[in-house]
Amino acid sequence: MQGLDDLYREVILDHYRTPHGADVLEDPAVKVEGFNPLCGDELLMEISVDDSGRISGLHIQPNGCSISVASASMLAQQLAGKTVEEAVALKETFKSVMRGEPWPEGQDFGDLEALEGVKNFPVRIKCALLAWMTLEQALAEYDPALAAQVEADDDIEVKTH
Amino acid sequence: MTPETEAAAPPTPIDVARVRQDFPILSREVHGKPLVYLDNSATTQRPESVIDAMSNFYRTANANVHRGVHRLSEEATDAYEGARNKVAAFINADSARSIIFTRNTTEAVNLVAHGWARRHLRQGDEVLLTVMEHHSNLVPWQMLAQERGCKLRFLDIDESGHLQLDHLDEVLNEHTRLVALTHVSNVLGTTNAIPTIACAAHSVGAKVFVDGAQGVPHGPVDVQALDCDFYAYSPHKALGPLGIGVLWGRRDVLEEMDPFLGGGEMIRDVTLERSTWAAVPHKFEAGTPSVADAVGLGASIDYLENLGMAAIRQHEVKINEYLLPKLRELPWLTVYGPKDPHGRCGLASFNDNQIHAHDLGTILDQHGIAIRAGHHCAKPLMRRLGVMATARASFYIYNDLDEVDLLIEALIEARKVFGLAT
Repeated sequence: MQGLDDLYREVILDHYRTPHGADVLEDPAVKVEGFNPLCGDELLMEISVDDSGRISGLHIQPNGCSISVASASMLAQQLAGKTVEEAVALKETFKSVMRGEPWPEGQDFGDLEALEGVKNFPVRIKCALLAWMTLEQALAEYDPALAAQVEADDDIEVKTH
Repeated sequence: MTPETEAAAPPTPIDVARVRQDFPILSREVHGKPLVYLDNSATTQRPESVIDAMSNFYRTANANVHRGVHRLSEEATDAYEGARNKVAAFINADSARSIIFTRNTTEAVNLVAHGWARRHLRQGDEVLLTVMEHHSNLVPWQMLAQERGCKLRFLDIDESGHLQLDHLDEVLNEHTRLVALTHVSNVLGTTNAIPTIACAAHSVGAKVFVDGAQGVPHGPVDVQALDCDFYAYSPHKALGPLGIGVLWGRRDVLEEMDPFLGGGEMIRDVTLERSTWAAVPHKFEAGTPSVADAVGLGASIDYLENLGMAAIRQHEVKINEYLLPKLRELPWLTVYGPKDPHGRCGLASFNDNQIHAHDLGTILDQHGIAIRAGHHCAKPLMRRLGVMATARASFYIYNDLDEVDLLIEALIEARKVFGLAT
């Protein structure tokens, strides 16, 4: 079926089967838990940042549907080695794409672009956003100057440790 | 549902093709496919007769009730009170005066929590619930227990999805003031042995509240035979309108209860300083009631009684007898709840061992099949089952065996979408 093929692309299913970010971190800088009470999806996220401000480690333990797991896995894949600023920028881009904006031109977003099909399934957009809303809170935990970028969400809750 | 008596003649089977003609929504398509509506435990669809009854009320008899001396108000009052009489007969209440209209089952639970439990529960008292309760029959008691310093206890289920009645005496004692439990589980389909539990509860002096949201739609209910003190249900789960609920209570218990909401309709006299309350049931129905919904409820009872609740029960057993083995034939599925097709209402909760329930819900929706996926407002039960969510297909009078086949085909198709073995 056309709609389903667009949603469940092979790359998404690959991430669902073997998600990135499985490796446990020693002494992470931040640890947060994202939670979508509407569907019960949960996600634990731990981040390590090195002295140069780069994300040196990302551990994600997602518990949810294929879309939320794949989205979390792609987040882990894309952000490894990125600076905190780059992470904020990618998170903003992804959120705007889920809200209907096109991908910015001239940039390659890799596997993440496969999640665009979720836009045609409005009730599933929150599934794709869970990891990124969790990241938003995690970054604010790491750098309080980033607290202003945290958007309140009616559904998704993020708890810090 | 009351246990079927052996001697009764078998009911006339439901003519599904004919029934379907009465439901306008069933002719629509979803994603280019005929709608297969299997989310009946959330809410059923309405027959034309219910829609017409409500529409006719607004067209021909609309007025506020219980206060006008004009003709329309009289007719509206008759229609509203007529619906109360129908409900009373439908669930074999002792009197129509013991039927209270609420917004839904949840409001009925809150009404009992405020009107009865707040008055009678003290610190150290206990409320016995079960692990299979819908949040509606759990959260109000948590709030009350916190306010009153009461203790909540829980009856667990066994591996087959039945309440562990042999452990009842461990959780029921002289401190138990109330036993509140569901008649039928909205996840497992389990029909609970209400008379047995009510007898034990009464022996320690506890009252019994039964959440009948999944009981009334699926078979004959006789609140007196169940031997409970309160019984609540949501007519929208049995062909009735959204927005009206029913609470039945034993007359003597209702009489000594405090009102729930204060305002118009529920008073006998009002001075600037104080008020006295109207007689039961009006004492519990503050404000203008949903008259058209009551009229629609009456029409839905007419429709159900025309088919016969025993026939509906038989139809659901027939669905179960076909559905449950078909689901169990799929080796990647876990099916929850009792194995006996007679011991459950016409629903099945299940999980694919590789595909999350939400993904199943999306894939089935593309086939025009509406199921429920999630925690079903029973998160403690999800935890008890060790899952985050389940998929649930719930059937009703307009669903037939061919729709079971469509469900099974779609579940196999979902495996293909995910590139999994079938």
